[in-house]
Amino acid sequence: MKRHPKFSFQRLVGIISKEFLQMRRDRLTFAMMLGIPLIQLTLFGYAINSDPRHLPAAVLLADQGAQGRTLLYAMKNSTYFDFVREVKTEAEGYNLLARGQVQFVINIPQNFSRDLLRGDRPALLVEADATDPAATGIALGSLPPLFDAALQNDLKGPLASLSSTSGPIDLRVHALYNPEVVTQYNIVPGLMGVILTMTMVMITGLAITRERERGTMENLLSMPTRPSEVLVGKIVPYILVGYIQVSVILIAARFLFHVPMQGSILLLLLVAFVFIVANLAMGITFSTIAKNQLQAVQMAFFVFLPSILLSGFMFPFRGMPHWAQVIGEAFPLTHFLRIVRGILLKGNGLIDVSLQLWQIALFALIVLAIAVKRYRQTLD
Amino acid sequence: MRNGEAVIEVRGMTKRFDELTAVDHVDLTVRAGEIYGFLGPNGSGKTTFLRMLCGLLRADDGNGQVLGHDVIAESEAIKREVGYMTQRFSFWEDLSIEENLDFVARIYGVKNRQAAVRQSLDELGLTQRKTQLAGQLSGGWKQRLALAACLIHRPKLLLLDEPTAGVDPKARRDFWEEIHQLAAEGLTFLITTHYMDEAERCQRLAYISKGKLLADGTVDEVISRVGLTTWSVRGPDLSQLADQLRETRGVQQAVAFGNSLHVSSNNASELEHAIAPFRHEPYQWQQIPSGLEDAFISLMDDGKS
Repeated sequence: MKRHPKFSFQRLVGIISKEFLQMRRDRLTFAMMLGIPLIQLTLFGYAINSDPRHLPAAVLLADQGAQGRTLLYAMKNSTYFDFVREVKTEAEGYNLLARGQVQFVINIPQNFSRDLLRGDRPALLVEADATDPAATGIALGSLPPLFDAALQNDLKGPLASLSSTSGPIDLRVHALYNPEVVTQYNIVPGLMGVILTMTMVMITGLAITRERERGTMENLLSMPTRPSEVLVGKIVPYILVGYIQVSVILIAARFLFHVPMQGSILLLLLVAFVFIVANLAMGITFSTIAKNQLQAVQMAFFVFLPSILLSGFMFPFRGMPHWAQVIGEAFPLTHFLRIVRGILLKGNGLIDVSLQLWQIALFALIVLAIAVKRYRQTLD
Repeated sequence: MRNGEAVIEVRGMTKRFDELTAVDHVDLTVRAGEIYGFLGPNGSGKTTFLRMLCGLLRADDGNGQVLGHDVIAESEAIKREVGYMTQRFSFWEDLSIEENLDFVARIYGVKNRQAAVRQSLDELGLTQRKTQLAGQLSGGWKQRLALAACLIHRPKLLLLDEPTAGVDPKARRDFWEEIHQLAAEGLTFLITTHYMDEAERCQRLAYISKGKLLADGTVDEVISRVGLTTWSVRGPDLSQLADQLRETRGVQQAVAFGNSLHVSSNNASELEHAIAPFRHEPYQWQQIPSGLEDAFISLMDDGKS
């Protein structure tokens, strides 16, 4: 028997151009691809607040006195803060914030206790990652009354005058990355991930079930096509659609919501590729499992709902119970949200985002492998 | 492939779906350049058999070759050299005629693709309508498109599954002329059909019922194998006569053919005895050679019992 190459580029191009033609004919779906981002963007004006606790914090403690520690204990006991790291320099603290490993860095300067007892109102600096205002707002709001109460015991008798009207210490909060604490700055970049998840999974979810329902699958299978050619051929055209959506959202974010763009847009576009492919691959896998288009849509929703709820889009990720965080880590959306917010709001670079990126890439590979395995080459 | 050489030669082809045996140990030989008719009632296993030949279904049992490739192991190679026309129109209704042909040509890696598509449009008289969407075509045009698409990679064997279902008589006649033309050029056809006139246009036939092959050969061979004796009777109130005859022992079938009634059995003397009481005025009796339809109705009845 003559050997034929396993994968034919020509056949792949054939399938890709067929998909493009069909996409062009299906005006309604194409309009939805463009309409969904616009509708979602205008609808999501409001964020849902919650009360996240146990937020990871780092401490930069230069003070030797007792009062500094008293305040840290008070913060810990409030359950809003978990001190997970001690840092030696400010740069070290910034690094942790930028990578999202801590939500706060508490900076207690040298001679804090001494200055406090002298009545000099020493400064206590709290640097907060405010990309998601909902996650930090309540914890930060709790600080002034918390400190007042904690120092009640120390500032008794002759020192009582120090805990007067203006407060014994000068609490300075730096809301990093989102200084005006605008909710849209967090929601709008997040929407990019949500919209891509919703539309990309759905569109390829229908790809193979539609061929089966219309009876064209029998024809496609009777021709010498390989599973990988069909699957990749059906993914490629929609990568372009994904990029159109990304562009629409980025333009809206910039000119409608004035979201700051600290990092490299090129890097974001590069990362978006991996995320788009991951979602398209998930959709096509559903397509090989579902018996009809309705089932494929149901499967898409089955993933979409927990994605949106557990990824940190709806609720601050750190506000969720541990088990929910574990599930959330499995979704590509969770990692993509961190990346988008990281690039746009924190100015993250390639090394910062690669921590999340490889997990999305791994997800895409696993799902695609399942699709190739599930794709039936016969009508059995 | 020279004429007379076996293009399809399979033995014991079997396909089971759970409890149901859709195709039950069917042997078939089709020679190059032949138009082979595959007949049988609905659900008899014709489509399943064709699907096994082109690798769309995995056979549970059986062996043999199609175009020199192993029917089980080398379905990829078979697909490349076979054109398969599905029973239901299965091209992309949201693509135009030209786009459908172009897609198929790409998948088969046809050389000089654009020229091949243009030639195919010309040959089938579709050039004027090439930009029309396939979904908007009438039954006859859809069938022409499907045939054109099946031919674009110059296959050596065409498997056509009820190609003329839902097509008007003129288009059917044109279609069969096309088939004969292509067969004369060396193409081999295996065609399933319900129509007797189409069956008679085939050089050889096989009749399948409930997954079993009941008869095969040329038209004459199939008729003589069934071994029917047939009388034709003309006269008034034939339907009443038919009812009476069906009640009579020794008559296997009494079927109306226009203005006459065909009365048959595979026992000639029993039949003659049975019809004797009815052989009087105003009826005119005449013994005739059995036709293919008589033979098939007999096979179909046997298949039921």
